[in-house]
Amino acid sequence: MTIKSERRFSFWLFLAPVLIAFTVVIIVPFILGIFYSFTNWTSSARADNALRFIGLENYIATFKDAAFAHSFGITVIYTFINMIAINVMAFALALLVTSKIKLRKFYRIGFFLPNLIGGLILGYIWQFIFNNAIPSLGKIIPLFSFLASPENLMLGNPSSAIIALVIVGTWQYAGYIMMIYVAAIENIPAELTEAAMIDGASPFQRLRAITLPMVAQAFTVTMFLTLVQSFKQFDVNVSLTAGGPSTIFLDKPILGTELLALNIYNTAFRSNLLSMGQARAVLFFLVLTIISLIQVAINKKKELEL
Amino acid sequence: MKLAKVGRTSAEIFTLLMFIVFLFPFVLVFINSAKTAFEVTQYPLAMPDQWSNIFKNIASIWTSPNIRYPASLFSSFFITVLSLVLINLLSSQAAWVLVRTKSKTSTAIFFIFVAAMVIPFQIVMLPLLSWLRTITDFTGIRLLRTYTGMILAYIGFGVSLSIFMFHGFIKSIPLELEEAATIDGCTRFQIFYKIIFPILTPIHVTVLILNGIWIWNDYLLPLLILGKGNAIQTLPLAVSNFAGAFVKQWDLILTAILMAMIPVVLFFLLAQKYIVKGMVAGSIK
Repeated sequence: MTIKSERRFSFWLFLAPVLIAFTVVIIVPFILGIFYSFTNWTSSARADNALRFIGLENYIATFKDAAFAHSFGITVIYTFINMIAINVMAFALALLVTSKIKLRKFYRIGFFLPNLIGGLILGYIWQFIFNNAIPSLGKIIPLFSFLASPENLMLGNPSSAIIALVIVGTWQYAGYIMMIYVAAIENIPAELTEAAMIDGASPFQRLRAITLPMVAQAFTVTMFLTLVQSFKQFDVNVSLTAGGPSTIFLDKPILGTELLALNIYNTAFRSNLLSMGQARAVLFFLVLTIISLIQVAINKKKELEL
Repeated sequence: MKLAKVGRTSAEIFTLLMFIVFLFPFVLVFINSAKTAFEVTQYPLAMPDQWSNIFKNIASIWTSPNIRYPASLFSSFFITVLSLVLINLLSSQAAWVLVRTKSKTSTAIFFIFVAAMVIPFQIVMLPLLSWLRTITDFTGIRLLRTYTGMILAYIGFGVSLSIFMFHGFIKSIPLELEEAATIDGCTRFQIFYKIIFPILTPIHVTVLILNGIWIWNDYLLPLLILGKGNAIQTLPLAVSNFAGAFVKQWDLILTAILMAMIPVVLFFLLAQKYIVKGMVAGSIK
């Protein structure tokens, strides 16, 4: 065998396992998925002879569905609030654990811990907190007695339940995002901070003139990371609220806290509308692709500026 | 100067408060795992009457036929370890040939892997199920409700990011090392596994951690591939089945949660430095 043909052979040999797994698990289902979204596909068992091409029907029905419109709306709201809450909390924590306080390394580990436990389990823990621990606080402390009444349960009405999702989401991700900020802050040359201190800059001035501009690059990373993570939220949604409680939207009874990922799941498996769920997944994919393209464009622009 | 001191003390107090707030949910899980069903619902914030109760609760979760804790722990462990080993071996060797082969095919394949990172699980999950059944019909290999299918799925979903991370690192390894080995008559296989593979250790650690946390905690993919009521179930599946079936039995649900968290917390405390580094590195890519 010549070197060239040996190289070509080893190229395909080394790539073959990942190419096979990737094709089976991602490429083929992805293409099938786009195709199925334009059909009347109903059985997850297998596509049979009854499979018909129905054009944009699934998409039109999706846009007319009150539950989908509501789900899309609250996902956007949730994503926005969650993104802000996580980043504000993470940045504040990062400033604290990079200051000269004692035990700062120890605190970092504590803040990071929730991120290692799966969202599903975190959601159950907080379901217990919102439904049992907080009402019991109302029973113990007379001043907070309002917490004990069932109509004041956080998970009892849709808008406060969304806030509950944000609380858990922030608790889950803030420590992780904090670590990214910590890395960025620790990369700031010590001379810069020292020079500013000698010049008599107050902590607030140092924050504005040194820390913020020096970690600007990290902000792009963390903003998009939290944006995408929040938009895809599923596990906490399932275990904390399961989409509930119900509410009325456009005169239709629907689930009040059903985020998009859960809406897709429920459409496909609860309502057994597979092709409809698939069409929604395609829309979900399109939104995420647009977000990623914006991120790539911003990064390109930044690289040019540097 | 005095002002600075006041500032630091208030920062210390505030950080401590936040720390307590962040860890309080875990404390609640722990104290309520040592209570009876009555105590949990009546006094969720109080200390347990008898701490020894925790062993009773742990024993009932351990032996519960509804959660099958030992078997689920084993399945979670087996799936995570085998998937990680295979992802690391297969994606590092793939990344290496992709870096070292300068051709249009090679660039195109790498581009497809990178682009695929945007694909959310939701768009592939429904067709994946029917398509895996089709494969079984043709080949006889059972992929749904089996370890084979589960691990294959993790390889498929895990290789994109892993190849990307290895690719970035391998680019910085000088070619001279490999050229010398070629002259000495080493095969491509030997060059990779004897020379390059050991150099990749730091990036192997990062890839192991990123994928490990994802696979260990993953819920939706095992739910779909392994399904409910299967002999094979991962810990998140076991906890969710249990919590769904025993809705208000918080004493046992919280004990199950405690037991599901213990392996991760132990692992984290042991490998804390690498985990934080790995996860920060993964985010910036």
